[in-house]
Amino acid sequence: MIKSLLKKTAFAAMLATTALVPAAFAVSGTPSKGGDIIVTYKDDIATLDPAVGYDWQNWSMINAMFSRLVDYKPGTTELGPALADSYDVSPDGKTYTFKIHPGVKFSNGREVTAADVKYSIERAVNPKTQGPGAGFFHSIVGADTMTAGKSQTMDGIVVVDDHTVRFNLVQPDATFLNVLALNFASVVPKEAVDAAKGDFGKHPVGSGAFLLKEWTVGQRLVFVRNPNYFVKERPYVDSYTVEVGQEPLVALLRLQKGEVDIAGDGIPPAKYLQMRKSPDFKGMIVDRQQLETSYVTLNTQIKPLDNPKVRQALNMAIDKNRIVRIINGRATPASQVLPPMMPGYDKSYSGYAFDPTKAKELLAEAGLKDGFTTTIYTSNTDPQPRITQAIQQDFAAIGVKAEIKALANPNVIAAGGTAGQAPMVWSGGLGWIADFPDPSDFYGPILACGSAVQGGWNWSWFCNKAFEARAQAADAMPVPAQAEARYATWAKIFTDIQENDAPWIPVFNERRVLAKSKRMGGSDEVYLDPTRVIDYEAIYVNK
Amino acid sequence: MVLFLARRVGQAALILLGVAAITFVLLYCLPADPAVLIAGRSANPQIVAAIRHELGLDQPLILQFLHYLYGLLHGDFGRSYTEKTEVLPLILARLPATLILMAAGIFVEVVLGLTFGVVAAVLRDGPIDRVIMMLSFVGVSSPQFVVALLLLYVFAATLGWFPMSGFGTPANVVLPAVTLGVLGAGWYARMVRSAMIEVLRQDYVRTAHAKGLRVSRVVMRHALPNAILPIIAMIGIDIGQFMGGVVVVEAVYGWPGIGQLAWQAIQQVDVPIIMGVTLVSALAIVIGNLAADFIAPFVDPRIRAQ
Amino acid sequence: MRVFTELARRPLALIGLLTVGLVVFGALFAPWIAHYSPDDQLTNGLSLDGAPLPPSRAFLLGTDTLGRDLFARLLFGARTSLTIGLVANGTSVVIGLVVGLLAGYLRGWIGSLLMRFTDLMMAFPALLLAIALAALLKPSLWIVALVIALVNWVQVARIVYTETRGLVERDFILAERSLGAGNFRIIVFHILPHLLPTAIVWGTLGIATTVLLEATLSFLGIGVQPPQPSWGNIIFESQSYFQDAPWLVFIPGAVILATALSFNLIGDALRDILDPTQRGRG
Repeated sequence: MIKSLLKKTAFAAMLATTALVPAAFAVSGTPSKGGDIIVTYKDDIATLDPAVGYDWQNWSMINAMFSRLVDYKPGTTELGPALADSYDVSPDGKTYTFKIHPGVKFSNGREVTAADVKYSIERAVNPKTQGPGAGFFHSIVGADTMTAGKSQTMDGIVVVDDHTVRFNLVQPDATFLNVLALNFASVVPKEAVDAAKGDFGKHPVGSGAFLLKEWTVGQRLVFVRNPNYFVKERPYVDSYTVEVGQEPLVALLRLQKGEVDIAGDGIPPAKYLQMRKSPDFKGMIVDRQQLETSYVTLNTQIKPLDNPKVRQALNMAIDKNRIVRIINGRATPASQVLPPMMPGYDKSYSGYAFDPTKAKELLAEAGLKDGFTTTIYTSNTDPQPRITQAIQQDFAAIGVKAEIKALANPNVIAAGGTAGQAPMVWSGGLGWIADFPDPSDFYGPILACGSAVQGGWNWSWFCNKAFEARAQAADAMPVPAQAEARYATWAKIFTDIQENDAPWIPVFNERRVLAKSKRMGGSDEVYLDPTRVIDYEAIYVNK
Repeated sequence: MVLFLARRVGQAALILLGVAAITFVLLYCLPADPAVLIAGRSANPQIVAAIRHELGLDQPLILQFLHYLYGLLHGDFGRSYTEKTEVLPLILARLPATLILMAAGIFVEVVLGLTFGVVAAVLRDGPIDRVIMMLSFVGVSSPQFVVALLLLYVFAATLGWFPMSGFGTPANVVLPAVTLGVLGAGWYARMVRSAMIEVLRQDYVRTAHAKGLRVSRVVMRHALPNAILPIIAMIGIDIGQFMGGVVVVEAVYGWPGIGQLAWQAIQQVDVPIIMGVTLVSALAIVIGNLAADFIAPFVDPRIRAQ
Repeated sequence: MRVFTELARRPLALIGLLTVGLVVFGALFAPWIAHYSPDDQLTNGLSLDGAPLPPSRAFLLGTDTLGRDLFARLLFGARTSLTIGLVANGTSVVIGLVVGLLAGYLRGWIGSLLMRFTDLMMAFPALLLAIALAALLKPSLWIVALVIALVNWVQVARIVYTETRGLVERDFILAERSLGAGNFRIIVFHILPHLLPTAIVWGTLGIATTVLLEATLSFLGIGVQPPQPSWGNIIFESQSYFQDAPWLVFIPGAVILATALSFNLIGDALRDILDPTQRGRG
């Protein structure tokens, strides 16, 4: 039996979407077409190549320039059809077949076909592309031979006909659709990639809602509406201009004057306090949870952190409320590994309460009555060293002397990924936002045995075979049939890991803050979309 | 003369080669692995190894360096690790902004330095001279980032006379240029002052004076031209100072030049960009020094005679 | 001693000496002067929203973004900044002396090799190099001092080289040599003493440069490691508040300026006193 899902056209999906979030739209009126808006960032945009771009600035832009087989409904973590009208999954969960919407065109005028899908994903996996997304596609047959450089194609992606593409997986992968919704799976035309001669990131061609009209390096990017975009009625704005090299404070001043519509870097802390209190800024601040947890990794291979009691004691030592106050309340204290918006988050689990006395007792039980000395690594960009100093002071209160090493991000990553080097790493500022809204994204890359390797990102070096088996079982559960049960299984895995082994100190869930001009319409969700950051396709100018 | 210059050009080329070699070795010895950074957190060791191979990082240092040199000789500065594009166009796209900033900075420096230096020399040993000399010390001793923040606070945030950052209009360049120029202006004021005093003491100036020419005329006609050449030579030698200052000033003001490019690259261990900017800066310094050598004979007749 | 009385006679140099004295005093007696520990993140040191507090009776110069007493941090920061200034500059003067002296004395291939190397270092964009090294090595006080020394010795070397070249030609050295004095003897007893004024002048002026350089590296977040305070990293940690809490940026800024200025004033006066021929140069 083959299950058939999502048998809807893209247009029907649009109706479903608007029906899903009527309340949000009702608040700020109905979306209207037209308008040219200005967005600002401080840092220059590195690339618009979907196989390469992995910054939160270019992520949104790439998302709106290209299309993928499946995509999230705006403002939600729910998957819906996009380039593909429908898909089928085989009963063993190892074969996915997609029907591509006919008549979708790249901005160079050529129709998008199944061969383009195959080419694009192979390109993302190919080491020659040097993209950061290759690892996500590991479950497709042939991915490993390609990363080994032994093949330039992947057997697991089959072009059945012009509008049908099939993926054969090595093993069932409950998150496979999430992977296909990542920017890395965006469809690109081979001829444009070849024509760009290795510079596709500066000369992108896609089939998404917007086209790149102008790019003045270090200054400005102009995106205009794609007139042939296959989702009718979208996008709403005629164009958006991204101005780079703009200090956040300057952007806010210009925003007040009406010169800027979205200050992409958010609001500096001092200004945030002021703006939140001022009635002038009502309706201009978007302040939302994101799929993020900031935490301290406790290296389970380094003494005395190899003792779970010590790790639990450290968990109890941190005054999370004080740390949240230091960053002006722009975060929520965290009790567990998963962030609250992630499916599988356990509302009933309260984690380790702040209790220095109990922490000291636990240390004494572990034979460390007088505490110990250790080292904590952190990114050297503000405010991370400050947060680490607050953590350091909390540790000192239970007798643990932690030396701080504030280094450039690559050096922190290198230290974390080298066995026996970094006893603790503060994760803030190192880009820890979930790639997709599935709990497994918080296990595989950062808590699984497979990532506790040289150059890996499991900086706790946590590897527990029992949990490994449970994680595999959870990911083998068919989705969406057993989605809820699967999430419950994952929830239990994470709370059990934290309760028994405490390889992390989850400190807070940082919210993202963004400022927009009063003329901008649309719900908060489309300005801070859980997977897209800014959803350029869904924002609009109030008439 | 021609021979002398040819030899200097040859030396300059050798110096650039040396700069390239030293920078390459230093960056090679750093603890971070660019491949891990590029591969992202979804990667497994196999992918990291593949990317390291693609970047040529698995080859011995000497081969990597020769490969890099071979590229340089063909005008190829390599490809950026993070931006996945040629380094040279990246630098060239940002060079004009830096050149504008440097030109404006030098302008500020020379105008301030000349004005204060001349005034101090004419009114030497008076109270105004003392104040100017004190100010020149303050200029020389001020940390550029503090000057930048102070100018931003006073003239942008509080008074609103100038934009806080950005690029494109003449108003944008004022604060960064002043920040960049203040330090050098201190040096130049002192230099101009002493050069002027020397000239003013010389016989022909005294004669001009005696003939009843006005002070301003004596200064403009006779003393100033003699004081200007050493400044021009000095600018050539100072290019190195400027290249450093540009990194800080561009970082604070968000100026889209090569200094900011370098700072972002340093934070991401984007070795090809760091190499490229270092070499371009070294080239500018070498050219500046060559220019100073070229001007030197006109400044000091004793060198011309040699 | 003559030098000191000469210095004291010049008002600018005197101001410099007094300021430096004050900073050194503050650094040495920091624990007794400050009411708080520089690392103590005080609960009453932050507003309810987590903003730093302005200067008040309780906190003389206000608090920083973690609720620490700014005055205490400045005092202890003086230790860091002065240590780096002295160590880094001392190192660069020593390297500069050795390289310049050897290059000037031993002509031949060793001398020209050393000079070519110095030329090469002159072509390095020094600050860029320092930033790259400080950022990418694992920073500590000693690494920062080393990096600064590495980019700062070149100037000293060039001046020492020129002076040594001049000295070797002089009659008394030639006379010594004809009397059969060894190289070591000539260098130690006849050349070095003549280079001493230069070393002292540059040893003083150089401190201003190194203090500024250390502040710049720390301002970029690549200086000494937290929580150790340095004047530059106090500004680095407060940057985002510079509009709302300007004292956090401009008080340490003024301290850096005053210190660098004082060393420059003293150095300039020393140059006048020790070497009248160099009067007014640069």
